[in-house]
Amino acid sequence: MEAVSSRRFDRFFGSPLNGLLLLLTVFFIYPFVVSDYYIDIAFYFGIYALLGLSLNIVLGEVGLFDLGHAGFYAIGAYTTAILNTHFGIPILVLLPVSALAAGLFAYLVCSPIIHLRGDYLCIVTIGMGEIVRLALINNPFDLTGGPNGVFGIDFPSLGGPFVIDSSIEYYFLIWVIVALSIVGLLRIQDSRIGRAWNCIREDEVAAGSSGIDVRYYKLLAFVLGAALAGVAGNIYASKLMCVSPESFTFWESCLFFCIVLIGGMGSIPGVLIGAAVISLFPEILRPFAMYRMMFFGVVMILMMMFRPGGVWPRKRREAAHE
Amino acid sequence: MGVFLEQLINGLTIGSFYALIALGYSMVYGVLKLINFAHGDFFTLGSYIGYTFLVFAVSLVTVHFGLWGGLAVALVVAAASVALVGIAVERVAYRPIYPAGRLPAVVSALGASIVLQNAIMVIWGPRYQAYPAALIPNVHLQIGNIHITLLQVLILVLSFLLMGILYTVIQRTTFGAAVRATALDRDTASLMGINFNRIIFFIFTLGPALGAMAGVMVGMYYRQISFVMGWNYGLKAFTATILGGIGNLPGAMFGGLILGVLEMFGAAYISAAWKDVFVFLILILVLIFRPTGLFGEKVAEKV
Repeated sequence: MEAVSSRRFDRFFGSPLNGLLLLLTVFFIYPFVVSDYYIDIAFYFGIYALLGLSLNIVLGEVGLFDLGHAGFYAIGAYTTAILNTHFGIPILVLLPVSALAAGLFAYLVCSPIIHLRGDYLCIVTIGMGEIVRLALINNPFDLTGGPNGVFGIDFPSLGGPFVIDSSIEYYFLIWVIVALSIVGLLRIQDSRIGRAWNCIREDEVAAGSSGIDVRYYKLLAFVLGAALAGVAGNIYASKLMCVSPESFTFWESCLFFCIVLIGGMGSIPGVLIGAAVISLFPEILRPFAMYRMMFFGVVMILMMMFRPGGVWPRKRREAAHE
Repeated sequence: MGVFLEQLINGLTIGSFYALIALGYSMVYGVLKLINFAHGDFFTLGSYIGYTFLVFAVSLVTVHFGLWGGLAVALVVAAASVALVGIAVERVAYRPIYPAGRLPAVVSALGASIVLQNAIMVIWGPRYQAYPAALIPNVHLQIGNIHITLLQVLILVLSFLLMGILYTVIQRTTFGAAVRATALDRDTASLMGINFNRIIFFIFTLGPALGAMAGVMVGMYYRQISFVMGWNYGLKAFTATILGGIGNLPGAMFGGLILGVLEMFGAAYISAAWKDVFVFLILILVLIFRPTGLFGEKVAEKV
């Protein structure tokens, strides 16, 4: 009996179309049956999914240890915050601007350090992220508002009377962006770029000697990853209406790192699962009150014990671990 | 000149905290190639156990050993208890995950760090705790026009003593040779009859114990401890480890001391608010020009 039902399960979910339809149905019904609080949780799930996808480019696809990703996220958020509050530029116009700013920043800071390997690259990205955060706290040129941050960021306007200002609208905004990113990233995965990235991850020396411009593709991953994190920063800033350096700590970078590893390196469905674990578990564990973060830590350890390759590892080839 | 020397001594004091913590990172990394994110929390835990000991038990101890003896026993108690915790964390959170590779172990280490940090918060409360001022020597020394405290001298002497002992054990004894051999090539070392589990036991007792002692010293030096401080000290110590060349013990010691001195000079001569930025910039510059740290050996990439 069990075998039959499991076969049915396989047949239903084995076809990607059915699974997708089910997900879409849930996606559209969900915000209309739950309260704003749960819609907001789903919104933050979306933000973490986007950030996970952005780090997945660097860490999952190319295997570069980036523990300073919150720095790029911060650049995106602060670009939006400063340009919107000082010059009144609309949020959605700033969306590509934030992406560009974060991408450019990544290009500038990563160019000199891209030759570093493994843990040395890791600590340099940590340092980069911390420098960004500390610089924001120190309020250079009176732009970032110091530890308090920047207040009074607008809602995104779609033109005319259409303004995104409720939880449910933000929910659709972030998930539409996540969906578009996923489509784009799936296309990249199957392209020359994606194959070059994976090749570098599996064996950098072999990739270089096969004519792949290792430096170029690594930088490309950093720039794209940072740009996507910048997009997340833009939405996050307008949702919160204020940004402060506390949101962009080393701890956040560690969470993004966990999203990618819990889900499975380089796997896009995995990233979604990882983001769900990171954003939903602290909520699920709320009844444990002050013990909840302890349980959260235990969950992380257990997941790595039982699914060391991630919950949904990339199918196409064996994920390589050093 | 007086200010310069004072800042140098202040820097060395902080640097010796970083160095003691960095040794734990470096030993674990050397043998397991694992960045032990929970290490900063071992440091915090040591600080809190030292605090509890000083608050509740020191009057009992001082009767037998005197005030100095009491402080010394506090250090030993903190080191011993945190060493036990270190072993426990290794057994529960790391050992089952080694075979899966390095990256899952990083997540597990972060999980262990969250558990420890929140356990400390649950046990001792989320507020700052103050070390009992009456128990800590508050003697100021003046040499020429340099003002330092007796506590700083003691911290420096003790840290250098501990580092010296560890260095001697690692570099001069047979057991130290076994540790180095394991760090170099675990499989070959095992074939030569080195018990890998004993090496693990050693590094996961000694590393956390050194971190715990640094924690107690930080408590005495700054008088104030908080449950999140391990994160910051851990990050600095990890930076120090990389600065010196990861897996290289003398490198970790010098990296810590250099980092502390840089931080103090940055605070004194550039700007207190930008001192950490200064430290990280120096780190990045060093790594751009010496990609394996100041004392790291040139290792050919394996193909």
